[in-house]
Amino acid sequence: MAGGKERVLRRRIGSVQNTKKITRAMELIAATRVVKAQQRAREAKPYAEQITAVIENLAAGGAEIDHPLLRRADKIERVGVVVISSDRGLAGPYNTSVIRAAERQVQNARAEGADYSLIVIGKKARDYFAFRNYTIDSYTDGISDNPTYENARQVAEIVASMFIDGRVDRVELVYTEFVSIGSQKVATRRFLPLESTETIAAEGGGDAAATGSFEFEPSPESVLSALLPRYVEARLFGALLESAASEHANRQRAMKAATDNAEELITKLSREMNRARQDSITTEIMEIVSGAEALGSDDKTKIQEPVAAGAEA
Amino acid sequence: MTFQVELVSPEAIAYSGEAEMIIARTVEGGDIAFQPGHVPFIGVLAVWSVDVIRPDGQRDTIAVHQGFVQVAGTKVSILSDVSESAGDIDVGRAESAKSVAEEALIANKDDVDAAEALSRAELRLRVAGG
Repeated sequence: MAGGKERVLRRRIGSVQNTKKITRAMELIAATRVVKAQQRAREAKPYAEQITAVIENLAAGGAEIDHPLLRRADKIERVGVVVISSDRGLAGPYNTSVIRAAERQVQNARAEGADYSLIVIGKKARDYFAFRNYTIDSYTDGISDNPTYENARQVAEIVASMFIDGRVDRVELVYTEFVSIGSQKVATRRFLPLESTETIAAEGGGDAAATGSFEFEPSPESVLSALLPRYVEARLFGALLESAASEHANRQRAMKAATDNAEELITKLSREMNRARQDSITTEIMEIVSGAEALGSDDKTKIQEPVAAGAEA
Repeated sequence: MTFQVELVSPEAIAYSGEAEMIIARTVEGGDIAFQPGHVPFIGVLAVWSVDVIRPDGQRDTIAVHQGFVQVAGTKVSILSDVSESAGDIDVGRAESAKSVAEEALIANKDDVDAAEALSRAELRLRVAGG
């Protein structure tokens, strides 16, 4: 029957409309979250900058010591890779690109003849690496959406202790940098060993008063050794916050694209449905007319009945 | 003459304002007070309070659990993972934490965690009470 195609199309339009409602809601949620995450990333900046400033002042004061976090191995035997991904999908290319960058780090380590240790944050990266039979040394979930400093501290402690114990000789941090709301890019940074205090100072970012001649209490060395672990935590925290903001921005963009696609699909399907309806009406009229004509040519008295029957069909 | 004080936590700037004098306690060094014009100074703070004397004579007491203080020119920055002002402290919780820690210390004198918990609880009570 001619109405079949029309009914199928109507059902499809209904389901696309429901999908559109969902993606639209997700888009709006992501939009508010990205603003919040961006704000948090901004608020966390002063701490990181101040810590860098203190290190700059320490470097200016000539404090350079042998801290375990500055240890440089003669031979890299094992490379640690910290990868920050999300727990949930539907965020466009966000997870795939960061995971691919992390996998490249692992392959680089192998190419150098070193072993690897994966420190994974977020379900998505865990699923990817577990499925491909990589060994995962540490896994944390439930934090990438809205990370707290305490979360960062715990992960930083795991990483720092691996490094201090000599279980890894170098640690790379793979995360997504939040450049702006329209642009996020995957970043791979050397996490440990820390650069020497001079390099940290030279790279800047802190607002050191550079007045020189600081007094240190108890001593430059003990200030530095108390400071470096905090610096590691602050860096990881910063990376977590930027990744969270990037995740939400990516999700917003992906969901906006999905909503737009749904809209387009609805227009296309409605057009198709209208055409199908028009076709069936035309066919019906044709049938009636031709039926009437056929009957009318042999018997004029019977014309009323078939027309009524045709209209009901 | 005053200077600018900022208490910076990893999540945000927790406190900022003008001050006439700041009293803190450093590790090994004991209490130290800063007034404007102090030589540039960087110190590791003990688990203790930081007192900020405002230009109007008011005194703000903040509990600082581990952190750093940097004095440079007319600016004092206090960096701390955990800090609380008197209003944020849950006295009941601090009291129960104190008694738990004390019991743990009676059972085992060398319990480092309990000793730390005790000093934190005592600091909280001191700041909330003062």
